[in-house]
Amino acid sequence: MLVLALVMVLLVWNVVDQARPSISEFGVGFLTGTEWNAVTDKFGALDLICGTLATSLIALLIAVPIAIAIALFLTELAPAVLRTPVGMLVELLAAIPSVVLGLWGIVVMGPFLNDHVEPWMISHLGFIPFLDGYPSPVGLLPACLILTIMIVPIVASISRELLSSVPSDLKAGAMALGATRWEMVRRVALPQVGAGLVAGTMLGFARAVGEAIAVTQVIGGSLVRPQNLYAPADTMAGRLAAQYSGAATALQKASLAYLAVILLVISLITNLIANLIVRRMRRRLGTP
Amino acid sequence: MEGFATAAALLAVAVLAIVLISVARKGFPALNLDLFTQNAAPFGQSGGGIENAIIGTVIIVLIAAAISLPVGVLLAIFNTEFAPQRLAEAIRLTLNVLAGVPTIVIGVFIFSLIVVGRGQSGIAGALGLSIIMLPLIARATEEVLLLVPSTLREGSMALGASRTRTVLTVILPTAVGGIVTATIVAVARAAGETAPLLFTCSIFVATAVTTDPRQAMATLPIVIFSSSESPDPHAQQVAWAAALVLIAVVLIGSIVGRLLSAKTRRQIERAR
Repeated sequence: MLVLALVMVLLVWNVVDQARPSISEFGVGFLTGTEWNAVTDKFGALDLICGTLATSLIALLIAVPIAIAIALFLTELAPAVLRTPVGMLVELLAAIPSVVLGLWGIVVMGPFLNDHVEPWMISHLGFIPFLDGYPSPVGLLPACLILTIMIVPIVASISRELLSSVPSDLKAGAMALGATRWEMVRRVALPQVGAGLVAGTMLGFARAVGEAIAVTQVIGGSLVRPQNLYAPADTMAGRLAAQYSGAATALQKASLAYLAVILLVISLITNLIANLIVRRMRRRLGTP
Repeated sequence: MEGFATAAALLAVAVLAIVLISVARKGFPALNLDLFTQNAAPFGQSGGGIENAIIGTVIIVLIAAAISLPVGVLLAIFNTEFAPQRLAEAIRLTLNVLAGVPTIVIGVFIFSLIVVGRGQSGIAGALGLSIIMLPLIARATEEVLLLVPSTLREGSMALGASRTRTVLTVILPTAVGGIVTATIVAVARAAGETAPLLFTCSIFVATAVTTDPRQAMATLPIVIFSSSESPDPHAQQVAWAAALVLIAVVLIGSIVGRLLSAKTRRQIERAR
């Protein structure tokens, strides 16, 4: 128990301590600074924060509906023989090491997007700002899709667990009143676990924000703000993975640690809230 | 709606299949005996294998397991058998939060804790991995301990055994299967982690086998990471082969772990 507390305290204290020079130099202005320049020793994280938010939120936008649909399929629709194997396959998706997913992203998915998907999107959806531009094998879009692949299993497994613990008399009651299966899901099952789905989404968000390796492999590590969805960009975690070992100045190292502090704060808060919600849900639904 | 749900499940399985098939298609042609018996080629030359990376990964993951297994199991025992309700809840929450800390941040932490002043080492990498494994092992062990029927516990206590004795001679033997599977799953997960190794164990002599964990050691994830953007076609091949080996280890570990854990669960439930 003491070891756990020690690890936790040391971890937070140590990372904050590393960031101290940068925190005292840039303060809160670090969050709104747009320059990242090792030559002039000026560092600001705004572009990276935007990159992190853009990739994570787009990934969530794609992943959450798919994940909840998978959970519904596994709890309501799938024949009993399919539930365990399909559920296991979906969870295996989360077991693929991120570096392998990143390798696949660079070599297989990136070029495919570049040659087939992005030109189509540009010619058909190019009238929407941010969706116009030039195709690129590395950039925001592949990063979003890789993150989607990573967070679908997380959100799906929590949603599935909660949905399957909705009391069956509630479901049977709704069906007995003449509701179709879809009405039962929408009016009875989903509202029962609504807060839990939000918590699952938050855990997926935390995972996407913190993912460094696969993102840095496919996002292109750009120092400038992307002009469209296809252009190279960078995220906080990606920049950390790319530059921390080779930081040129002490202040750059400290600024990278500052990024780690931001990531740590986001992950601690999100995980804490999400876990509290899930715990309350479980208690209400009567599962341990 | 029902169509969409089915399509979503199909899509997830299809993505898994596509990734696995591409890794297999690109990895298998690169697999040969040389790959497993040779180290990376000297800088600037083509050729070479991943022998040292396989050995490095095995050693580092074993050290990490040796650190986190006792700590994790003790934590779980403390939580289920000794801790007051509120403390147990707090520990559970802390474990979940620790499991959510970005792995790259753990790398930054271990870097300044150990690597600064001492240089990179296998031990530093292993410590990073052990922080990732700890919550996995502790939570899964706790779940199994909770499954142990309370009649066993009460029976042992009624015979006059102390709490410690009950844990050692009744509860642990009943739960040992679950602890083993938890370890397998955690090992599989840790073997595939790159981020904690990136700053703590990535500057190694690529051309030699290192078995001394005080030195930096080559590992499969780092080899894949560093050769994934290489323009050298042989390095790419090595990356795919390493990815195939790694994914095989990770998936087999996860599947075996899951099947075993279902089995343990059934056994314990039958004991009730």
